[in-house]
Amino acid sequence: MLNIEPNLSAPDDFYEALIDMHRGLDDKQSAMVNARLILLLANHVGDLDVLREAMARARADVVPSG
Amino acid sequence: MSIDYSSLVLPYVRPSELDRHDVAHRPVIVVGAGPVGLTVAIDLARYGTPVLLVDEDDKLAQGSRAICFAKRSLEIWDRLGCGEAITARGVSWQVGKVYFGDGLVYRFDLLPEPGHHRPAFVNLQQYAVEGMLYEHALSEPAIEMRFRQRVVAVEPRDDGVTVTIETPDGTYRLYCDYLVACDGSRSPVRAFLGLETRGQVFRDRFLIADVRMTRDLPAERRFWFDPPFHPHGSALMHRQPDNVWRLDFQLGWDADPVVERQPERVMPRVRAMVGDDVDFELVWCSVYTFACTRMAHFRHGRVLFAGDAAHGVSPFGARGANSGVEDAANLAWKLHYVLRGDAPASLLDSYGCEREPAADENIRHSTRSADFLTPKSEMSRTFRDAVLGLARNHPFARRLVNSGRLSTASTLADSPLNTPDRDAFAGAMTPGAAAADAPVAHDARDDWLLRHLGGRFVALQFANGADAHGEPIALQGLRVEALVMNAAANATANALVDREGVAFARYDAKPGTTYLFRPDQHVCARWRSFDRHAIGAAVARATGH
Ligand SMILES: Cc1cc2nc3c(=O)[nH]c(=O)nc-3n(C[C@H](O)[C@H](O)[C@H](O)COP(=O)(O)OP(=O)(O)OC[C@H]3O[C@@H](n4cnc5c(N)ncnc54)[C@H](O)[C@@H]3O)c2cc1C
Repeated sequence: MLNIEPNLSAPDDFYEALIDMHRGLDDKQSAMVNARLILLLANHVGDLDVLREAMARARADVVPSG
Repeated sequence: MSIDYSSLVLPYVRPSELDRHDVAHRPVIVVGAGPVGLTVAIDLARYGTPVLLVDEDDKLAQGSRAICFAKRSLEIWDRLGCGEAITARGVSWQVGKVYFGDGLVYRFDLLPEPGHHRPAFVNLQQYAVEGMLYEHALSEPAIEMRFRQRVVAVEPRDDGVTVTIETPDGTYRLYCDYLVACDGSRSPVRAFLGLETRGQVFRDRFLIADVRMTRDLPAERRFWFDPPFHPHGSALMHRQPDNVWRLDFQLGWDADPVVERQPERVMPRVRAMVGDDVDFELVWCSVYTFACTRMAHFRHGRVLFAGDAAHGVSPFGARGANSGVEDAANLAWKLHYVLRGDAPASLLDSYGCEREPAADENIRHSTRSADFLTPKSEMSRTFRDAVLGLARNHPFARRLVNSGRLSTASTLADSPLNTPDRDAFAGAMTPGAAAADAPVAHDARDDWLLRHLGGRFVALQFANGADAHGEPIALQGLRVEALVMNAAANATANALVDREGVAFARYDAKPGTTYLFRPDQHVCARWRSFDRHAIGAAVARATGH
């Protein structure tokens, strides 16, 4: 089960680090770094059910434009 | 010097039916003498079913088609008596290497454990495999082969199929109980029946260049994403016999297939890949695209579809011919049992039940590889490159790199012919699995387990010094061979001996454990004890009774 309760020990620090991670990168580079981050975290989580749940939530209210 | 199969011309003989007015009957006609049709025909003939094999052509496969033949295909051809010749002529390999840019990111071993008679793969030109199957078929009295004979009409009926065949000397008709369509991806038989195959065409093109050159490189599959010699594309290199190498270059959808196969376009690509100091000669080149397709059903009454006629995949997992050979082995014994009256015709439905999911599995693997090779969106490409970038230093990412997941035997897990386990077992030899090989001894000589399985039902009892059963078990007229395998410490003269303990381990066996194998060497039932009644029920189930 995907944990959607607050779980970050230092939320503001995390958010700052996330934005910092992209500093100085163009959109393409940022996309690459995001992709790597997702892959690293996905491996850390490991459980495919949890990952599928997160993916479903991530795109839940996004309507395909094409 | 071995035969040059690439130029072999198969004989046309004027058929006597051209002078007859009645329509002659044949039990089975196989359409198409590709690797799949040849395998079906040989397998049927060895069971004792007479078979007519017709092909519109008089040549073996032209140019660059399949080169990678999987362990399971070799094992099937072993059972048919030609696995040794094919293996010996091919280049055996089991290691794959994947590069990103110029760096190695991933190495895989397709057969990391010893104790198998056959290698993970051999590389061998498709025409050579076909040539050896053809020669083997010549030695089978129950096969008649007819070349330059094209099937031009098929009329299915409830009790058989009428087939119209065109020859250089005119047209004749035959009537058969069953027609096996192994007539390739464009299957005319499929069209005659008004059937279709559906799937996905991939928008990409690949160049194949088979080149002859002397290189002292190991026999491995080498795959590059975005290499310096072919930026923005992938490339593949495989060793074939006779100093021929298969090079494969991804060109992209916009490439012009006619222009790209001109030697003046091909030579610089090859030169960039092999380097300036290597002499090479171009043996063959072609540009191909691929599609993943399958027919909804492989059985249509008395017409059965196998191989590319039934399903298509990308070449990157070597799943085309190899899965077709598995179709052939699956179908042959069922047709034989039905024709001999040992099984109801409904047994043939299980061909579809078993091989349609197997085709789905192959298509799933093939589609995933194609999506990794040819990402369909910018984000898909970003993830692909992220995986490749991480792979160098992160072991987890290497397992996501997909340059083709290579063909292995399909486990027929949901088959109605399987008897579900009653006892507890561990390991891979679940009902539906293709039997795993193991080094054994027989008559005090080193031998392999698979050489004792197949061609009939076999009940193999693992034991602790027991004698062979001797008498086959006769069940409702069906012969079941009862074999015994003893542990090495308790060998007896007339039973198999598990000389390295590998068989007991692979089959999670204890003394008493009994496996039932089908004529195609798939496991269909297993128990912790030898129980004639249970074996009888399982054979009945596996033959559709
Ligand atoms: C570039 C490339 C690389 C590949 N690499 C591999 C690989 O490494 N490993 C692998 O397993 N697969 C590979 N494949 C796939 C493999 O070549 C095919 O899956 C295989 O040839 C299918 O065999 P088949 O017997 O079903 O059909 P085919 O080989 O296509 O044979 C069909 C036969 O039917 C005959 N025929 C057609 N119509 C009629 C008619 N009306 N009457 C009489 N005869 C007829 C044809 O003459 C032909 O001989 C590759 C394919 C390509 C293109």
